[in-house]
Amino acid sequence: MSYRKRRGSRIRPYTFTGGRTRSRHPLMVQTLVSTADPSNDAPANLMPESQRIYLLCRETRSVAEVSAELKIPLGVTQVLLSDLAELGVVYIHPTITGDSPSENQVLERALRGLERLFQ
Amino acid sequence: MVSNDFSSDIQTKMSTKIVIAGGFGAGKTTLVGSVSEIPAVTTEAVMTEASVPHDDTSATPQKVTTTVAMDFGRITVDQQLILYMFGTPGQARFWFMWDDLVRGAVGAVVVVDCRRLADSFEAVDYFETNRRIPYVVALNKFDGALEYTTEQIREALEVSSDVPILDFDARDRSSSGSVLKTLLRYALSNNAAAAPVG
Repeated sequence: MSYRKRRGSRIRPYTFTGGRTRSRHPLMVQTLVSTADPSNDAPANLMPESQRIYLLCRETRSVAEVSAELKIPLGVTQVLLSDLAELGVVYIHPTITGDSPSENQVLERALRGLERLFQ
Repeated sequence: MVSNDFSSDIQTKMSTKIVIAGGFGAGKTTLVGSVSEIPAVTTEAVMTEASVPHDDTSATPQKVTTTVAMDFGRITVDQQLILYMFGTPGQARFWFMWDDLVRGAVGAVVVVDCRRLADSFEAVDYFETNRRIPYVVALNKFDGALEYTTEQIREALEVSSDVPILDFDARDRSSSGSVLKTLLRYALSNNAAAAPVG
């Protein structure tokens, strides 16, 4: 049973990320991202995947939405977005986790919003 | 994709997340669909499968990567705040990705199908063990009636006494919305207890 089927020459998703699987910025699935300047064209020399991500981010969206719309696996999306943030062309919005008491105000706003929406 | 619902203002938008957990077929995706302003979206994460023994009858034991689908929905709470709901994969063999999915959530809902209580053991266990995240238990009324009392369910699932348990109908928007409101109120009361305002 030592026979191993040889894999095809399909490019593995992590080839795009140079083998990295971790992003340097705190990018969670719900974190919102947007281009720093929506009127700018994509910077030169971006890989096609990064370029697609950049163009999509001209409107604010979550990491999960970027991944779903472009059909790029979540982990790859996170690393590529992190690179774009590093270049200063994509802005990473604050993510409210409820860990800090200072975020209570935002949670209260969320509750008031839900009370308005679901009466 | 509708693009007009994203305003182009430069005000900083923020987001937050609620995790919807529960057994396979308990009504997680139905709940998300009831309250979400967009049709539930599926995203896929390619996971390298840890060699945890799972299904003995598995036909592909050598498989090294697996694609996990996650359903999510969105509620624009106000102009600056967006709440995402993420459904956890129902199959227990995807438990290894829970930490990633749960990280940063303000709270979780465990959806329970009362006809199949055992299916929710693992989800309840996860949140009972990892008490950092406030959670509520939502009993999905499939036939309009519940066979057990809330306290019977609490005992059967070993849910802590302070964790809210409520019944709801996942198909109903307002009923599902109540579950989210209960969770946020509970999360806020937890925070107030942990850090009294000084």
